[in-house]
Amino acid sequence: MACFLVPGAEAVIVTAAAFLLKKYEQNKAQVKLGADSAAAETEAKPGFARKLFWLAELLWGGVLLLAFEHLWHGEVVPFFPFLTAATEGAAAVSEMLGEMASVGVLMAVLVTAVWGAMVAVSAAIEKRPAAEAAEVEA
Amino acid sequence: MTLLITVFAAAITTAVWYKKNDEKLLLGPLCFMFWGASIMWFVDAIFEYAELKADYFTPAVGDMINDAFLGLSVVALALTVWVVILLIKDPRGTVRARLKKQ
Repeated sequence: MACFLVPGAEAVIVTAAAFLLKKYEQNKAQVKLGADSAAAETEAKPGFARKLFWLAELLWGGVLLLAFEHLWHGEVVPFFPFLTAATEGAAAVSEMLGEMASVGVLMAVLVTAVWGAMVAVSAAIEKRPAAEAAEVEA
Repeated sequence: MTLLITVFAAAITTAVWYKKNDEKLLLGPLCFMFWGASIMWFVDAIFEYAELKADYFTPAVGDMINDAFLGLSVVALALTVWVVILLIKDPRGTVRARLKKQ
């Protein structure tokens, strides 16, 4: 009914955190490298902020496509109050909130868990010795 | 059906991203869009399966056609969003060059 709103809320928080972290990493790199801002930006690129943007993209992408699906099924409308359940009485609102608390929360948790696995795997790949990487490339 | 179509789109996009290895194509956001939606619809499918049990795997033909139509529409929307991002960011400078030429 409106389950995508939970990952949507997470997406807003994660995006804000990613931008803040990106700025922090750039400032840190700038202090380390002096006034050379171009070098500082290059230095800051592979940081954790970039990986946090992966989560934001996963969440925003999913939310966009799910919002379209809800529009398709008439559960969301492009005018106030936007959620069809909101006009169908207390029982419908209660059902909607229940769905958000179960399906929506699990969606957010699973996307975050998959992202966590991605971060762990990418860290392992980054640590892979150069020789092994070259072997894989060959 | 929607989940299936989105998973196929996600897998194909990821394979193309890996093969091309070209950041200027901006395939990353498209992969994330499809995978994010696939995970979310997977959760939806789990809850639906818990409710319908084995009936979940034998949908009515009408429902299947509607779901397939939705799945294809979702892929079309994601591709449109990707093309818009690509044209606005214009990482190869193609749009800028074309505009300057005119």
